[in-house]
Amino acid sequence: MIINHPLLGPRDAQEFVYLGDANLIDRPDPSSSTALDDFHDYLYLRDNPAGSHRELWFHEQGDRSWLVVTRDTTTHEITHVELASEYAKRQGRDR
Amino acid sequence: MSDHPLAPLTALARDTPVVEKIGGITITENPDLAIASLAVRHGRELDLQTLLTPVLGEDLPGPGRAAFLEDTAAIWTGIGQWFLMSPVAKHPDYAWDMKYIVKDTASVTEQTDGWVIFDVIGDSLSPLLERICNLNVNAMSDGDATRCLIEHLGCLIICRESGRNISIFGPRSSAASLHHILVTAAKSVA
Repeated sequence: MIINHPLLGPRDAQEFVYLGDANLIDRPDPSSSTALDDFHDYLYLRDNPAGSHRELWFHEQGDRSWLVVTRDTTTHEITHVELASEYAKRQGRDR
Repeated sequence: MSDHPLAPLTALARDTPVVEKIGGITITENPDLAIASLAVRHGRELDLQTLLTPVLGEDLPGPGRAAFLEDTAAIWTGIGQWFLMSPVAKHPDYAWDMKYIVKDTASVTEQTDGWVIFDVIGDSLSPLLERICNLNVNAMSDGDATRCLIEHLGCLIICRESGRNISIFGPRSSAASLHHILVTAAKSVA
């Protein structure tokens, strides 16, 4: 599998480490009154789609960037790759 | 520097750098570079360029690129991170010298003894590189630099002249393994 790195171009998947669902970026607010339930859902509840899935990949043997890769879990076709920092900024995070 | 009784050894534990000539390929250990890594502090990118550009003579290189300046080379190693290199004879304490320049805009870490450097020169290096790493080596042009796997070792590959002159930085503790990988690949293409 080849991942088209947004900065470095096509790179072999061998250089990457897979973490999991990109929703891990959206860590709940620990000061919220519903924090206990929010963290339970964050830790234990995951969608397991047969089809398009947004997931976190780490370019460990490259530039050490975190990427959000949109991959079809049934065909392994990758439709979109972006830096996780860009994705997080779009969610309103500062980094 | 003060006189001391310790004998300096290269990464391959020799008195002098190892030079291998195999067919048209020459693999030379390069022990003469001081290396420091630079990591910009959050939000200080412009301040860092303001301090460093007058010293380097040009801006730090962008993703996947290296810049070869008068006596310094800069390599992009990650977002907001670079390796800086200069002759060790000129900068015996390179990280300290760089920290003095960049002040609090970036963190500087001494890297000199963490790496072994092999300069590989030949008429056609693509067949050799294709055997040891999965980069698209024919697409690498002068000044491209990237980190990738060579067997189990994370290495920096710097293209000084496309297909003819590259430098490979590998972990110093695996210097002999990397040397073996390069020599074996060179023999198979010679």
